[in-house]
Amino acid sequence: MDLIGVVEASQMKKDRGAFAPGDTVKVQVKVVEGEKERVQSFEGVVIRRRGEGARASFTVRRISYGVGVERTFPLHSPMIERVQVLRRGEVRRSKLYYLRALTGKAARLKEKRTVIPTSGE
Amino acid sequence: MALKEGLIGRKVGMTQLFGEDGKQIPVTVIQAGPCPVVEVREKGRHGYNALQIGFEPQTKNVSKPRAGHFKKAGLPAMRVLRELRLEKVDGYQVGQTLTVDLFAPGELVDVSGVSKGKGFQGGVKRYGWSGGGASHGSMFHRAPGSIGASSDPSRVWPGHHLPGRMGADRRTVLNLAVVRVLAEQNLLVIRGAVPGSIGGLVVVRKSVKLTKAQQRARKGE
Repeated sequence: MDLIGVVEASQMKKDRGAFAPGDTVKVQVKVVEGEKERVQSFEGVVIRRRGEGARASFTVRRISYGVGVERTFPLHSPMIERVQVLRRGEVRRSKLYYLRALTGKAARLKEKRTVIPTSGE
Repeated sequence: MALKEGLIGRKVGMTQLFGEDGKQIPVTVIQAGPCPVVEVREKGRHGYNALQIGFEPQTKNVSKPRAGHFKKAGLPAMRVLRELRLEKVDGYQVGQTLTVDLFAPGELVDVSGVSKGKGFQGGVKRYGWSGGGASHGSMFHRAPGSIGASSDPSRVWPGHHLPGRMGADRRTVLNLAVVRVLAEQNLLVIRGAVPGSIGGLVVVRKSVKLTKAQQRARKGE
């Protein structure tokens, strides 16, 4: 019996995780400033997903004012309001660390071509 | 220090929970109890007060003395037996079962277990010696160095720190907070780490030390 899973079940958010490395996402993070709480977005490419269960996390990389910025979020964090997928990227590995060495045009990813299911298969 | 009641359990593993502020809390999951009282030891008869509690049913290879001991208590045989020394044992009866309901979230507990064995280790790992420089011509790395004076005393003082077997000792971690109690699965979720490997036996007891608030209350008395 997976008892760790039993404990973690209450922590997991069902609407999370429909994205993969290479996807461009917009992460809406709750930020607490003094008394107030507001939502901040962080937009970039998912370069890593790791862990399983409630401990899973993912890293988003973006170029901000010419500087590479990476943020790692716990996938099931209550501080994340929403993860919106903006673009699906075609990549051949699960950890896109090679993007760190690339800039500009070279750091682009090909968009994934998906079959749009027609009615009645 | 008043000794408190507790449960026998097995360490299931560690995970994390999100706190109210969204921060992760490291937790250890322990499957504890149900533990029936197998014997009540009393000062008058045994010289001390304690509860003997059992854990995990044993169906195979129960030795005759063991089977007899459980037969006397009118309970099925158990794999693990532990005694919990208590100040008072009034009100406890043989056959009564202790479960995780003993604990409530927010309560502090002490957890004892046998730490992971590390094998034969040197002094740097075992006692936290600094060791010497790794390079720049240093010829002293991780060796023990001097272990005492010469002809006087002509021996090494007893108890001197030297390399040897490390780990696999009974260790107790005090004042860990209970985060959650899952009575259905007999699970205790406790903040922080607990001695031993996954699947290792642990004893979870109500904390023996007073909290700061309790200390103040006692002083005020």
